[in-house]
Amino acid sequence: MTTRTIYLDNAAATPMRQEVKEAMEPFHQDIYGNPGSFNSVGHEALEHVDGARKTVARVLNCAERELIFTGGGTESINLAIKGVAFAKKKGHIITTTVEHHAVLNTCEWLEKHGFEATYLPVDKYGMVTPEQVRDAIRPDTILVSVMYANNEIGTIMPIQEIAKACKEKRVLFHTDACQAGCSQNLNVKELGIDMLTLNGSKIYGPKGVGLLYVRLGVQLEPLVHGGGQEGGKRGGTENVAGIVGFATALALSQQENGQENERLIRLRDHLAIGILQRVPKAVLNGHPTKRLPNNVNVSILDIEGEALTLLLNEHGICTSTGSACTSGSLEPSHVILATGLPYEFAHGSIRFTMGRDTTIDDIEKVIEVMPEAVKRLRAISPYNLKLDEYFSKEEQQAMVEQLVKVTSR
Amino acid sequence: MSPGLDILDVESTPMPHKTEPVMHADVKAKAESKSWFYTDIVKDHFFNPRNILINDADAEKQEFDGVGMVGSPACGDGMKMWIKVDKEQDRIVDCKWQTFGCASAIGSTSMLSVMVTENGGTTIQKALELKPMDIMNRLGGLPTRKFHCSVLGDKALRAAINDHFRRSGQNDRIIVEGARIIDPDLKITDKDIEEAILDGARTIEDVQHKLKVGVFNKSCLPAVEELIRFYTEKYFG
Repeated sequence: MTTRTIYLDNAAATPMRQEVKEAMEPFHQDIYGNPGSFNSVGHEALEHVDGARKTVARVLNCAERELIFTGGGTESINLAIKGVAFAKKKGHIITTTVEHHAVLNTCEWLEKHGFEATYLPVDKYGMVTPEQVRDAIRPDTILVSVMYANNEIGTIMPIQEIAKACKEKRVLFHTDACQAGCSQNLNVKELGIDMLTLNGSKIYGPKGVGLLYVRLGVQLEPLVHGGGQEGGKRGGTENVAGIVGFATALALSQQENGQENERLIRLRDHLAIGILQRVPKAVLNGHPTKRLPNNVNVSILDIEGEALTLLLNEHGICTSTGSACTSGSLEPSHVILATGLPYEFAHGSIRFTMGRDTTIDDIEKVIEVMPEAVKRLRAISPYNLKLDEYFSKEEQQAMVEQLVKVTSR
Repeated sequence: MSPGLDILDVESTPMPHKTEPVMHADVKAKAESKSWFYTDIVKDHFFNPRNILINDADAEKQEFDGVGMVGSPACGDGMKMWIKVDKEQDRIVDCKWQTFGCASAIGSTSMLSVMVTENGGTTIQKALELKPMDIMNRLGGLPTRKFHCSVLGDKALRAAINDHFRRSGQNDRIIVEGARIIDPDLKITDKDIEEAILDGARTIEDVQHKLKVGVFNKSCLPAVEELIRFYTEKYFG
């Protein structure tokens, strides 16, 4: 008997949609021209790139020339932050302690090269407030970069209000929206943001293609110099198949997200409640409601996340952990630590991120398997920590009740 | 585009229609292997751990001769080891353990417990000579960044043996892990640097990132560099 793979790691990578695969197919062999070539073969490719750009511009409610296709989310983030830094030559950047390493390491690198950076702390849900951003802005602040939604704990930041605070102080605002591409509003005019990063591989599109929206008027130095592609902001022959695939994926996700969000939220809350009620000494990381529809992240005391991930994998359940043991640096999740929880919670954290293929049966299976897997690891663990020493009984109860209240609505 | 159109444009090369990927043996092995990062032996010891101690009441009942514990929940690894010693033969005859940690920590402790009890048990002398590398070899290897897991098991065993020496009045045999202070300002010892190396630090910059050693007191930097070389060669050379 083969066990069905229950893939709950969609925050890491999403499977490519059939429609995207089909849309990309012609560009592998039939439509191979260079969009920059002045001939019919090249022109055909250019038309498809232009078409994709139009599609994306419609979704984001922006002009086509405000879009830069890149090699992925990390590159887009680097271009946004370093691009502004190099254009301004010096100054101060504000970001948060819970950003993806693409943002954190870029800012740290800029600090080594004469720039200054402030990393705003977050509350217990992993959130920063617009007031915090406003207060941190200095006369020499050149950029604020705050993620739309957190990749580990799923917390959605108040980016519209943060954008407003930045606008009032005339500071540029970039948001890393890699995890928000499927489910959140990406209308850049409504949100009032200057730069926005997206990534193909998190929206059921291809890997190796990303997008940076840059509002007209924002000065940006390119990082990849070359033949003047992407308005001179990113040299290199366009990844035609990738760009077409990206646009197709983005349009479809945004089109469907009303119903799909509702479906995912039901699954999400069912899973979170199921785990909190059936696994002793487990807590939910992140915000009970202001979180991505597909994210559940819990910390479980006395056990280590990597070991749990491996046991779940035996049941065909694919998850990921913020434990130190799976990170190259041997440091546990900086996000969970930033929410104020001690190390033992970060080591015992596990993330489930659902997707289009996730069914209620999958979730039931996880809820069934989890208590047994945790019990097995606790049986060989020398520790028996007391959750009450970290969270009062009332807090523990409120955590579940909040979720139950939301779902019964 | 007409089928007979000549491609004179060097800007773009049509993709060849039939591509036979040429793969080196090791690339192929990597591509074909399942997503496990662990050897079958590590997996076996993780899924079927040997010699585990089920509960603390069990420990009291069984009257062990020594108990050792290293690590903490905060550092992500914790191990407790119980040993029984045949005092006439100075031989470890039973070894039980509990581990909080990842699969390689659990697998390493399990393997270590097998190694010290197999073939009628290991003399204490031999047990003290065991090196983390020996556990690793028996496991068929561990990913580099997991190496520190096998070190912890070894340390727990040493702590249990010391406890046995203490309980049986063999105080002269207790091995004190000597730590030498390298950075007097921050009280950083050679053991701290050893830990940093085992945690993946390889350069003075890595070590300083973890320990801040020599940031204020630069005179200790040559000694730090020497220790980095020493421990890197000892464990990874």
